[in-house]
Amino acid sequence: MRQIDKQTIVHAVKNLCIEANYNLKEDLTSALRMAREREKSEIGREVLGQLLENAEIARKDLYPLCQDTGVAVFFIEMGQEVSVTGGGLYDAINQGVREGYSEGFLRKSIVVHPLKRVNTGDNTPAIIHLEIVPGDKIKIDFMAKGGGCENMSGLTILTPAAGIAGIKEFVIKRVKEAGSNPCPPIIVGVGMGGNFEKAAILSKKALLRPIGTRSNDPDVARLEEEILDEINRLGIGPQGLGGSVTALSVQIEVFPCHIASLPVAVNIECHSHRHAEVIL
Amino acid sequence: MKTPVRLTTPLTDKDIENLKAGDNVLIDGVLITARDAAHKRLVEEMDRGKTLPLELSGQVIYYVGPSPARPGRPIGSAGPTTSYRMDAYATRLMEEGIKGMIGKGKRSPAVIEAMKKYKCVYFAAVGGAGALLAKKITASEIVAYEDLGPEAIRKLTVKDFPVIVINDIFGGDAYIMGVDRFKA
Repeated sequence: MRQIDKQTIVHAVKNLCIEANYNLKEDLTSALRMAREREKSEIGREVLGQLLENAEIARKDLYPLCQDTGVAVFFIEMGQEVSVTGGGLYDAINQGVREGYSEGFLRKSIVVHPLKRVNTGDNTPAIIHLEIVPGDKIKIDFMAKGGGCENMSGLTILTPAAGIAGIKEFVIKRVKEAGSNPCPPIIVGVGMGGNFEKAAILSKKALLRPIGTRSNDPDVARLEEEILDEINRLGIGPQGLGGSVTALSVQIEVFPCHIASLPVAVNIECHSHRHAEVIL
Repeated sequence: MKTPVRLTTPLTDKDIENLKAGDNVLIDGVLITARDAAHKRLVEEMDRGKTLPLELSGQVIYYVGPSPARPGRPIGSAGPTTSYRMDAYATRLMEEGIKGMIGKGKRSPAVIEAMKKYKCVYFAAVGGAGALLAKKITASEIVAYEDLGPEAIRKLTVKDFPVIVINDIFGGDAYIMGVDRFKA
């Protein structure tokens, strides 16, 4: 069995936290540039230009892309032939977050209790989704998920009879109600199927796909296109000031489900889509 | 783009009467930062009849919780947070004389009505442009509630701080106007 020292994970996680919060990925800058080309609103084009300029300043002058450096969310695929030595995996991840958020001058946004609301001071604990997979590698996907867009997310369990029309109606209603709140242009992650919690996790995982890539399932890919088109006809536009680009992409992940259920979860992501990955 | 209106804080009723939804504005002067926890505490202090730790009359409140400053810099990334969470408290601050609020996202009908009554405007700054906006901040000083960390109340000195008027005092709403123009 392959062994990985805890410290290797701490170091990798620290770097992911810093990297994601300062460097907007190429798929996103390219999506913003394309959005600026097709945006019909003058103020919308102006806003998209400012977002590209913001990404430049963040990278060159070392300011985080957004002051809300988020909840640290991790999707981990852990090979069943690898073990962590010198300490626990979860401890290693939280230690990496602690070091990354401190050394990277990132904001600490986690409170210790939902009602008592005292800041933990180091942005831990992280939210960790762990999957055991074949192999001897550990793949770590990090996302800095802001509060403003997360607050606009939603989940429902439709009847199977509701079908595609019901799914579209729910997703589009969420985006319309969110309006200017989640920092459009947004990315819409959708989890379809599974059950209550599976749909929610899938909707977040859908955001990890490169922006603008379509589902491998042609029916799902068509649904992604159709929902995106309808969202962009809502007129919300960049920052909600009116325009033709409200969403950059709609990305759906699916999973088998119960004969009685059609779960649908929508996880809304702001334009400042910060994530990074590493394979150890 | 329309030529921006230039404003220097603190603001007067006359400044507010001249603003229309959709106006681009560049602000010079001081902004007071406050978000969820600071609003809650300010209103609790008012409820207990205590003197507030700062004068709010004529001030512009910026809904922001900045990231930590690197050494030698006044501030870290500093863009707006979503405003509706402050709706529960905003009218109380207008009663104390604030003349402007800067955030992002729509406000409740009650807050919009109070803005007309107390002559206060709601501005939006570009959400997710915290690095760009940080460059417009030349000084930052914590003036109250330091224990709240990123939610402490700060005085920010700003130069050419770019905002857009969303709600004016005449019922104009730049979000509604924008969506109406582009919905297909």
